[in-house]
Amino acid sequence: MTHQDTGFGPDLVEVFGPKHEDGGPELIQLLTPEGERVHHPEFDIDFSAEELRGLYRDMVLVRRIDVEATALQRHGELGIWAQLLGQEAAQIGAGRALRKQDFVFPTYREHGVAWCQGLDPLKLLGLFRGVDHGDWDPADYNFNLYTIVIGAQTLHATGYAMGMQRDGVVGTGDPERDAAVLAHFGDGASSQGDVNESFIFAASYNAPVVFFCQNNQWAISEPIERQSRIPLYQRALGFGFPGVRVDGNDVLATYAVTKAALQRARDGQGPSLIEAFTYRMGAHTTTDDPTRYRLSDDVERWKLKDPIARLAVYLRRNALADEAFFADLEAEADTLGHTLREGCKSMPDPKPLDIFDRVYSEIPPELAAQRDGFADYLATFEGAH
Amino acid sequence: MVSTGSTSNQGSTTHQKVTLAKGLNMGLRKAMEADDKVLLMGEDVGKLGGVFRITDGLQKDFGEDRVIDSPLAESGIVGTAVGMAMRGYRPVVEIQFDGFVYPAYDQIVCQVAKLHFRSQGRIKMPMVIRIPFGGGIGAVEHHSESPEAQFAHTPGLKVVACSNPADGYWMIQQAIAHDDPVIFLEPKRQYHADKAELDESAEPAPLFTSRVVRSGSDATLLAYGPTVKTAMKAAEAAAGEGTSLEVIDLRTLSPLDMGPVYDSVRRTGRAVVVHEAHVNLGMGAELAARITEECFYSLEAPVLRVGGFDTPYPASRLEEEWLPDLDRVLDAVDRSLEM
Repeated sequence: MTHQDTGFGPDLVEVFGPKHEDGGPELIQLLTPEGERVHHPEFDIDFSAEELRGLYRDMVLVRRIDVEATALQRHGELGIWAQLLGQEAAQIGAGRALRKQDFVFPTYREHGVAWCQGLDPLKLLGLFRGVDHGDWDPADYNFNLYTIVIGAQTLHATGYAMGMQRDGVVGTGDPERDAAVLAHFGDGASSQGDVNESFIFAASYNAPVVFFCQNNQWAISEPIERQSRIPLYQRALGFGFPGVRVDGNDVLATYAVTKAALQRARDGQGPSLIEAFTYRMGAHTTTDDPTRYRLSDDVERWKLKDPIARLAVYLRRNALADEAFFADLEAEADTLGHTLREGCKSMPDPKPLDIFDRVYSEIPPELAAQRDGFADYLATFEGAH
Repeated sequence: MVSTGSTSNQGSTTHQKVTLAKGLNMGLRKAMEADDKVLLMGEDVGKLGGVFRITDGLQKDFGEDRVIDSPLAESGIVGTAVGMAMRGYRPVVEIQFDGFVYPAYDQIVCQVAKLHFRSQGRIKMPMVIRIPFGGGIGAVEHHSESPEAQFAHTPGLKVVACSNPADGYWMIQQAIAHDDPVIFLEPKRQYHADKAELDESAEPAPLFTSRVVRSGSDATLLAYGPTVKTAMKAAEAAAGEGTSLEVIDLRTLSPLDMGPVYDSVRRTGRAVVVHEAHVNLGMGAELAARITEECFYSLEAPVLRVGGFDTPYPASRLEEEWLPDLDRVLDAVDRSLEM
């Protein structure tokens, strides 16, 4: 029986094509896994040697942050760490495409985007060490605190973008003024109601928000097939805005596509969805054990698509960076790692009485009494140790 | 100029009789006039003026950017309001009915309530979530609930309930001007029920205060929202039988303002809490615990609770039996006085 007989239109495979484990023909790519520069009719841009070295440096340094943080967790200095291994290009490409007036809503894994926004990586460790829930002012970095509840931040991003519309900073034509929001989420979050509602709100109000989905193929142990029967980027059309799939391990393509999407939003043309097709090379977090649910063959296959290695090949082959550059960068990464290790270990523990003052803009009398009672109680132990 | 029927805007005082719905509507208008960062958002709040007409005429006067008709998604409404608040706005969102707040529960409890704490006070969340609550309107399921304890249990939220037109007018303005998120409960049964004097030149009581609304000496009735009227009727009836009941309108449920409650119970020695919400783990449980801790030696009887039974809200033909009414309140008073 063919589809014409059913009355329900064509089969999924006729509309979306067969499943492509490599991202399929729609994948936007500017740098192949082998390090060859390829061109794209819509999203091609020229990169100077300095820009390319800058993107490479970013990726190397955030990978070092990730490696150090993972080691710190193994040594008991962090309670947990959410690894970004393998997603460096997706995050650096997206992060470097931002303008200073744009605003970012991260998940809890956007360490690379945080880096691009100038946030001291040590600040990221507090949450994972358990000394705070995020010790930076989002307004100082245009980078919200990490959000743990899956997908919740996509609504905040949309509302923030609606605020920008009301502030008159969308579609004025002034490049220093027009702003957009970058909303991060993952393939797992694409199943959440909040993400779907944020698509609807953003579409309805034509809000200047770019939904940036890092499809790393895994939501802890659940493969992408459990979240979606169709390529994620294709969902956008059903909500009434465009979606594209970019090679998330290609920093050049991710940068180019995000830059275009943000500009489109700043210009008042509304939301768009970017699916950065990538792979979670590490575990979900340091508490996870991926060997229980996925094949090492898959991981090995994705190793060949490493985002850093391909750019290194391109830089070397085209003499865009000399060996001194690579050596200096290695030294810089070592220094960063050392700073992180020492900084993490010397983070002061939070003080128990501080939590009471932070619940409300002013502490209500009964909560103040609770705090004072706890202080008196704690005082009874003074000198006991 | 503002079209408010009998309102006179001449001179320094304006007196008029208004319903709770009108008082809220006038309060919202005042708040929007006072601060152009105040936005209203919700389902049907624009052209229609809300299903209860609380936002009537506001979109016409303030425009679609400030009175925002939203898609039908409560989590979306509250979640986007979080983002607007982060951008410097003061969103006032309307949840159409109490029973529809649950899709937004995650955003309210995990985000709205915690962002100030999470950010160590760097993020302010000046948001008001208006919820018509309580029963008595003959509605279908999910339209008559009293979820206040679930929000009062959540640190980071403030929870208030208005009971009369003047409080509606003042409290909504105070809630909007407040820097913390406020769950603002409106007794829907009262919206269009009674008119009362509103003096716009009066000095309102601070938002987070309870109020003695009837003095008495034999027992104290504690009520809020829709049950204030019930308690007042009960006190009236009891007076005819020679029993003097004091009635306190709690007004604020989180934080609780216990001072007037303790003062009263120390005098009367007896307290009966009246709310429409289920008794089990309701506000009455917290009030009873606190009264017992603070007024133990003044108590002549245990604190009693009159409320909805611990069943889901019944079909509407049973609601008047399910809801605490004058007789059930007086029955509890009798039991208290007999102990």
